[in-house]
Amino acid sequence: MNKKNKNNFTNDQLLKFYEKMFLIRKFEEKAAQLYGAGKIGGFCHLYIGQEAVVIGILSSINSEDTVITAYRDHGHILARGVDPKSVMAELTGRKDGISKGKGGSMHMFSKANRFYGGHGIVGAQVPLGVGIGFAHKYRNEKKISRVYLGDGAMSNGQVFEAFNLASLWELPVLFIIENNKYGMGTSIGRSAAGGELYERATVFGIKGEKVDGMNFFNVSESAIRAREYIEKNSKPYIIEMDTYRFRGHSMSDPGLYRTKDEVNKMKEIDPVLMMKETLLNDYKIQEDTIKDIESDIKKQIKDVEKFSLESPLPDLKELYTEVYL
Amino acid sequence: MKILLPALSPTMETGNLVKWLVKEGDSVVSGDILAEIETDKATMELESPDDGKVEKILVKEGTENISVNTEIALLKVDGEEIEEIPEVSIEKSPQVSSNGSEPLTTEENISMNSILNQTKENSGEKNWSEKEISMREALNQAIEEEMKLDKDVFLLGEEVAEYDGAYKVTQGLLDKFGSKRVLDTPISEHGFTGLAIGAAMAGLKPICEFMTFNFSMQAIDQIVNSAAKSLYMSGGEINVPIVFRGPNGAAARVGAQHSQCFISWFSHIPGLIVIAPSNARDAKGLLKSSIRNPNPVVFLEHELLYKEKTNVPEESDFLIPIGKGNLIKEGKDVTIIGFSMTVQRILNALPSIEKLGISPDIIDLRSIKPLDEELIYNSVKKTNRVVIVEDGFGSTSFGSHLSYLIQSNCFDFLDSEIIKVSGKDVPMPYAENLEKLALPNTDEIVSAVKKVSYIN
Repeated sequence: MNKKNKNNFTNDQLLKFYEKMFLIRKFEEKAAQLYGAGKIGGFCHLYIGQEAVVIGILSSINSEDTVITAYRDHGHILARGVDPKSVMAELTGRKDGISKGKGGSMHMFSKANRFYGGHGIVGAQVPLGVGIGFAHKYRNEKKISRVYLGDGAMSNGQVFEAFNLASLWELPVLFIIENNKYGMGTSIGRSAAGGELYERATVFGIKGEKVDGMNFFNVSESAIRAREYIEKNSKPYIIEMDTYRFRGHSMSDPGLYRTKDEVNKMKEIDPVLMMKETLLNDYKIQEDTIKDIESDIKKQIKDVEKFSLESPLPDLKELYTEVYL
Repeated sequence: MKILLPALSPTMETGNLVKWLVKEGDSVVSGDILAEIETDKATMELESPDDGKVEKILVKEGTENISVNTEIALLKVDGEEIEEIPEVSIEKSPQVSSNGSEPLTTEENISMNSILNQTKENSGEKNWSEKEISMREALNQAIEEEMKLDKDVFLLGEEVAEYDGAYKVTQGLLDKFGSKRVLDTPISEHGFTGLAIGAAMAGLKPICEFMTFNFSMQAIDQIVNSAAKSLYMSGGEINVPIVFRGPNGAAARVGAQHSQCFISWFSHIPGLIVIAPSNARDAKGLLKSSIRNPNPVVFLEHELLYKEKTNVPEESDFLIPIGKGNLIKEGKDVTIIGFSMTVQRILNALPSIEKLGISPDIIDLRSIKPLDEELIYNSVKKTNRVVIVEDGFGSTSFGSHLSYLIQSNCFDFLDSEIIKVSGKDVPMPYAENLEKLALPNTDEIVSAVKKVSYIN
């Protein structure tokens, strides 16, 4: 456990980060419940286990930076500050969902929060995110395009085309590989040849590193290094996050490709619990303070659930709206 | 030895002799540059085919529109007299030109320009200041004008910048706008198409050129899944203002992988706008409208039309609205519907059709999606007979859908079956005669018109 706080966050800041991680955890647990109850349909990919990645990166983010990711996007859009009610109402396919019930779990966007989705085709978000970085550079904006991709996407051809373009045109892009060890049911060892995943980008001249993605502090430090590098050199950077998902690929995944022992062992380094322990032990934050935060979140999630179930289904006329602008 | 004007590109029919680099009496060796020839795409160097002495220059420099295979000089070859190999005579149908396709205008010569001038008079359109230019120049003007008007518009694609465009459509734009706004990409369609769509999501207005739409298949996932669907999936939050453009369909003798019409593919997708202009005027007006449109637009050009000229307004506020077809010839007996290259094929067939005493309505759709249904149905309700001409494969085609729409909206008005003249369901063959057979031709169009008119 990294006890140092190289980023000099105040206790209040750290508590905010913890609050966000806890919110994502509780939100996703509720989503799992609602899925089981038949209130959420289709595909539903939970972020449980990977919370330190998105919040660690968030801790370094310039609020103007943009974010794009693939289909495991609930945690990402919550981290960007979008109202959890509109996210859950999207999962239940209701009128008040962030995409008006027309996108679903995998397709949520918020321009106001600079979140560009929410994409269901593995790898496709990577060239798109490089394009967003292109727009930042074109307009001389001091923004970084943060592009998340999974270990599965790292064997997808367009990702390498995107690496080449980002490096060739010196675009302000931070690639973040969330290596949770499985592309659906296929382990990384059965899908990716060669060495570390991030090294595949280094052949295009992109600098990068591999980081313990279960530890908020490690993620945060790497993200700050990345931001400094990108700002100083006007070049892309890549971080490979060593992480793990505690739930299946999606809600309909029986998880036969890995053992219970493996999952339980990973749960010993649960990123949310580890963050909490660090706050208690190393930062001497009072247990009651944390408990208050947690009970507020639990209350909030109840409201979120209620909202998402009470919001009406989309009006039928919505079928034909927003095909064209 | 005769030096002939060579064909220096698949679509070259004529060339200009820019400059002689040798004079009569000069000794040359094989490979020496004899002259500069301007083709429809670029200025090329003509090399000496052998060692010898330039005996006579037959075509003066500065001469334009010299047909391919014209004798331009005589070379006295060193050493023995070289035996001329007699050319095997290939029987050609009179309508086959050197590049294997039908000539764009027949002997009776109904030019697109005269047709357009007529329709303009009828429609009482504003009087523009016009100049006769090629479709290639018209497209170039459209891009330049829109780039001047809106700094968010930029152009990317393979060879669009330093090479001046594979088909010269983007010629000169790099010099005018610089490398920040005119970008050569690697041969990486999936990547640069995704990049362009991402830039559009972030508010820029990319013009994404495919050297040909055949290569867009590498990127079709991004076009269909990212560009077309994002507005809907995001509940209206994210629009994608982008134009995908480039040549589509069969050029001339470029084989199966470079000769396909993708109109049916793209027009199948909700969220995409699909445009297919037949002439320079429409190309300019529609490309400008497409660049200004907030949706993804697939703008399908045709290589064989790039050099074709019509009068084109020079004003930068000249626009042609998306979704409006053009009744380019008004008649009463049958409605013939085409778009892009097939409009020219229909015009080629027109003299034969008129000789039968049949006066057709000819509709140039221009916009495939959205479709000008009103224009089509009004015509069909008048003529009661329909022929649709499309270059794409006939099976599950756009033309099939169009005939469905017509029968369901004009059922009581039809006096005959609807006939569709389509490309044959085979990969495009290379051989000249087979390629001609694979595409819709004049005879097929005339036969279709006869059949719907019950003329034997």
